[in-house]
Amino acid sequence: MARRRINLPLRISMLDKVLFYFFAGTAVASGLITALLATAGIFLQLRAEFLFIVQIILYVGGIMVLFVFVIMLVNLDVALQQIQFARQRWVGLFVALALAAQVSFMFWTSGKMPGQGLPVLTAAAATKLPPNSEAVARSLFESYLLPFEIASVLLLVAMIGAVVMAKKRA
Amino acid sequence: MTNPIIQATIEFLKAFWAPLLCGVAIVAVLPLIVGYIVLVERKLMADMQARLGPMRVGPHGLLQPIADAVKLLIKEDIIPDNADKLVFWLAPVLSVGAALLSLAGLAIGPAFQIAQDINIGILFVVGVSALGIFGIVLGGWASNSHYSLMGALRSSAQLVSYETAAGMALVSALLFTGTLNIKSIVEAQSNEGIWFVMLAPVAFFTYLVASIAETNRAPFDLPEAESELVAGYMTEFSGFRWSLYFLAEYANMIVVASVATTLFLGGWLRPFSKVHELPGFHLLNLLDFVPVLLMVAIGVYCLQRTPKQPTRVQQMFMFAVAGLCFVLGLVLLVPVVVPIAKPFYAGIHGGFWFILKVSLYIYFFMWLRFTIPRYRFDQLMRLGWHFLIPLSIVNVLLVGVALIAGSYFHLQGWGLLLVTTPAAIITLIVAFLILAIEKEHGAPQDQSAASDFYAG
Repeated sequence: MARRRINLPLRISMLDKVLFYFFAGTAVASGLITALLATAGIFLQLRAEFLFIVQIILYVGGIMVLFVFVIMLVNLDVALQQIQFARQRWVGLFVALALAAQVSFMFWTSGKMPGQGLPVLTAAAATKLPPNSEAVARSLFESYLLPFEIASVLLLVAMIGAVVMAKKRA
Repeated sequence: MTNPIIQATIEFLKAFWAPLLCGVAIVAVLPLIVGYIVLVERKLMADMQARLGPMRVGPHGLLQPIADAVKLLIKEDIIPDNADKLVFWLAPVLSVGAALLSLAGLAIGPAFQIAQDINIGILFVVGVSALGIFGIVLGGWASNSHYSLMGALRSSAQLVSYETAAGMALVSALLFTGTLNIKSIVEAQSNEGIWFVMLAPVAFFTYLVASIAETNRAPFDLPEAESELVAGYMTEFSGFRWSLYFLAEYANMIVVASVATTLFLGGWLRPFSKVHELPGFHLLNLLDFVPVLLMVAIGVYCLQRTPKQPTRVQQMFMFAVAGLCFVLGLVLLVPVVVPIAKPFYAGIHGGFWFILKVSLYIYFFMWLRFTIPRYRFDQLMRLGWHFLIPLSIVNVLLVGVALIAGSYFHLQGWGLLLVTTPAAIITLIVAFLILAIEKEHGAPQDQSAASDFYAG
């Protein structure tokens, strides 16, 4: 039974465990900014430091600032009087169930099929890690260049669309 | 099995007691440093306006920061009735926390760095210091006052706009190193024998402007423009909370100055640090004595001023300052002269040069503050979006092209100037083109352009 093995230097100590439960609990049961920060913390525990800092710069420092900016601009009292959310309750329920089924299927198959399912983490004795940002760059610009470009073009289209819509209104 | 949290704490202390101690030391010393930066700023302002500045507390006002700190600590702490109490309490702490946390990633000389050798060093510093904006935005929102909200809105708009330009400037300097690690960045400049400010002057300029805007300093201090918004987001804060904001602002200045020093100005490297390898340039190694001479000169000046102090206490204080300068000079002299102390040379002199460069950068900030009048908000936004961001993107592209050309011709060190100088010149031409287009098609320059609602 050939499981996919990823060598991560996971020296699980009590400190790591406590920190992980702290981050996981915060990520599940708190506000948006703290949840994003806690996710960054989990990335850091996985030794994915580049993802950690990108999460902080992009999501916490960039997108959340824009969110807070918009929240301050919008008069919340007026917005609350108009019910804007929870119109698609049944669609939402269906999507959530489908996602749950998918995840549990992945968990279930992880031990059954070779080369599929969850990767198995094994502890390695590496003390000095290869720089994480180089690894991310290699996978983005070598292995997965096409999906990366497609995603960039999609974002560009969305941005141009937003600009065009904003211009029409003015 | 003991309590897991206690066990984790013990493990943490065992592994990280040294960085923790350094961190506590920085938190303890930083307010003093900031206090003296403020004193220097006030003295400088006084000098440029032909006044004396603070003179009463201590000789030449040297104890003024301590008096100011005591005043701030014993002031009444006012919380407005309609303020959001929790957020009002949290906001200054967030601001100062982010600024202090980002200091941990900096390397003051090769020997002093709290978070040692993190691979994402420079990104950590930039990213964490950008989190301080939450303190400003939440503080402005929680005070429940129009001036504060306007200040917070302006501040977040300003920071989001200028962060892009600053990031692009960082990218074009990082292209030369290919690493984000702070130590490796400085080592790369040491190996090339040239500072990146020579190779990427346009990027340095962009970062300079963007860093002034990010730290909310004049001429871009619109979030706290006292002629329009009282004190912007700090309007409702008083006493200790206000001083936390103040501390965060100056800590952020130190952070941006250190980032610029590390990336563009050669970090802790001495000017001409590689000349001893060239023939006929040994004399430049005498630059090692410059720090010593500087300290001795300050000490002698203090001694000379001592008899002119009015009271005996002030005379003794002046004498003590002179003695401190001589001791520092001796500490700087020993590693150069005594062969046994040679291992400490890099650490001590590296620290001196780094602090000197950071101080010069901050001095430039102050100089600019007393020279240039404040921008209008629409001018600020136009400068950011219509000029700096296009300029920095073009610069990244051209620096990349220059680097490819450089590797094609096998250029290194000063030779790289052959390709980067044309790139910088082309970028400048593009900049003037942008300005010309801006003049032709730009929004009208009259006051009606300022009618957007950040303008208050």
